[in-house]
Amino acid sequence: MAELDIVSPPSSPAALSPKRILVILGEPHRVVLALLGLSGLVMAIHLMDWAWLPQYLPKLGDGLLMTLMMLVASVIVGFLLALPLGLVQVGGIWPLRWLATAFCTAVRGTPLLLQMWLLYYGLGAVFAQFPEIRGSWAWDYLRQAWPYGFLALTISFAAYEGEVMRGAFAGVPRGELEAAEAFGMSRWQIFRRVWFPRAVHRALPTLAGEIILQLKSTPLVATIAVTDLYAVITQVRQATYLTYEPLLFLVAVYLCLSGLLILALRWLENRVPTGQ
Amino acid sequence: MTTVFDFGLLAYDPPGWGRVLLVGFWRSIELAAGGYCLGIVIGIFGAAGKLYGGKVVRDLLEIYTMVIRAVPELVLILLFYYVGTDLLSRASVALGFSRVDIDGLSAGIMVIGLVQGAYATEVFRGAIRAVPTGQIEAAHAFGMRGSLVMRRVTLPAMLPHALPGMANLWMIATKDTALLAVVGFSELTLAARQAAGATRAYLLFFLSAGALYLALTLISNVILRRVERRARRGLVSARQQ
Repeated sequence: MAELDIVSPPSSPAALSPKRILVILGEPHRVVLALLGLSGLVMAIHLMDWAWLPQYLPKLGDGLLMTLMMLVASVIVGFLLALPLGLVQVGGIWPLRWLATAFCTAVRGTPLLLQMWLLYYGLGAVFAQFPEIRGSWAWDYLRQAWPYGFLALTISFAAYEGEVMRGAFAGVPRGELEAAEAFGMSRWQIFRRVWFPRAVHRALPTLAGEIILQLKSTPLVATIAVTDLYAVITQVRQATYLTYEPLLFLVAVYLCLSGLLILALRWLENRVPTGQ
Repeated sequence: MTTVFDFGLLAYDPPGWGRVLLVGFWRSIELAAGGYCLGIVIGIFGAAGKLYGGKVVRDLLEIYTMVIRAVPELVLILLFYYVGTDLLSRASVALGFSRVDIDGLSAGIMVIGLVQGAYATEVFRGAIRAVPTGQIEAAHAFGMRGSLVMRRVTLPAMLPHALPGMANLWMIATKDTALLAVVGFSELTLAARQAAGATRAYLLFFLSAGALYLALTLISNVILRRVERRARRGLVSARQQ
């Protein structure tokens, strides 16, 4: 089953030149809506309590950094894991194929929050039982929360992207592989020169959507005491008893993050020639 | 302490926690089903508004779907759960009624439904656009009103196109219910955590909860695939790949 495509634009509109943007924004009802939104923003700034913001700004910065690090690290490592996961599901021997399929199904069929708690509380409790682990150098890391958050995010990304890669490997036209064979390439050469690059190429357009989904998963690490942006906002809410302001601030930050990410990924996508 | 699982803890009756887990599981299913249905209703109106609505309606719906798709579900759930219940009780006080306390289940269904609604809007919009315009025009030509066209022609005709997306949304809904654990609604994930915290058998309870979620996913998958095949039975098979 294909994952829901939620970020790619419905139909790629003509390139947004500054002039076109002006035309789009210049329609009368949009001007009115924009003015309404703006006045709402001004009212929010004046009527709501933002006194906590300067005091927490450095902490929020650290939290944002943690969120971004979690995102980037889990996407990179998860993608590297997704390649073999996708590959063995298409061309592997049956025990490997079976294992990879079971892994992807199990991870995609259970909530990420549960996986995170399973790793943090479950594995954490198991590790704590072994004096050998407690005495080793690794304990410094295993005691902390972020490795578990990172692991859970990575596993999740690997499973979802592994499914995408499976489709990508399976979708490379047979003719291309046969052509490579006809040229006398060895199996490894075919993989390295044709199959692998073509599969990654086919998977790229969905990567942007998966990365946005991954950004939206990162605040879950706050539930296992990793201080990301969401956790800092939770601290603010507990310290100030404010309901609306910190949450609205968080929504605004995530809107900006998603927007910037979408723009950056689109720019990146346009640099990769699609050959069509 | 050993790591061997003590399966006696999963017994249905009180020394075991099986009952707690199953009640939590049932509450998760209720939440997912309620939110999913609400999402479908929002989605149908949202899609109709995006396709046939006025300029202002279209822009407002665009903002709704954009915000929901760009902001993490956890944040949205927190926002809707606290702000939504706060606003509702304030409104009822302002109107002279007594403070209403919205129970967790309704609030949870509302929250999941609002999130699902944004995605369902996109799914239905795409599906409606896949219906040949001639069919809808023909219905108009027969003198049907807009709502009648929607009910008799557009919705049934778009169903096969919407089902794959709707199946995905159901999977997302079942998994999103876990996020309500964060606001203290005791569905399956929170029930598992409570049981695990009380007995220190973390692995056992989280793995059992995972197995329940997985069973739900796998069973839903089989049923949805069957429904999908049935809905597509009249369609040209070239689109089935």
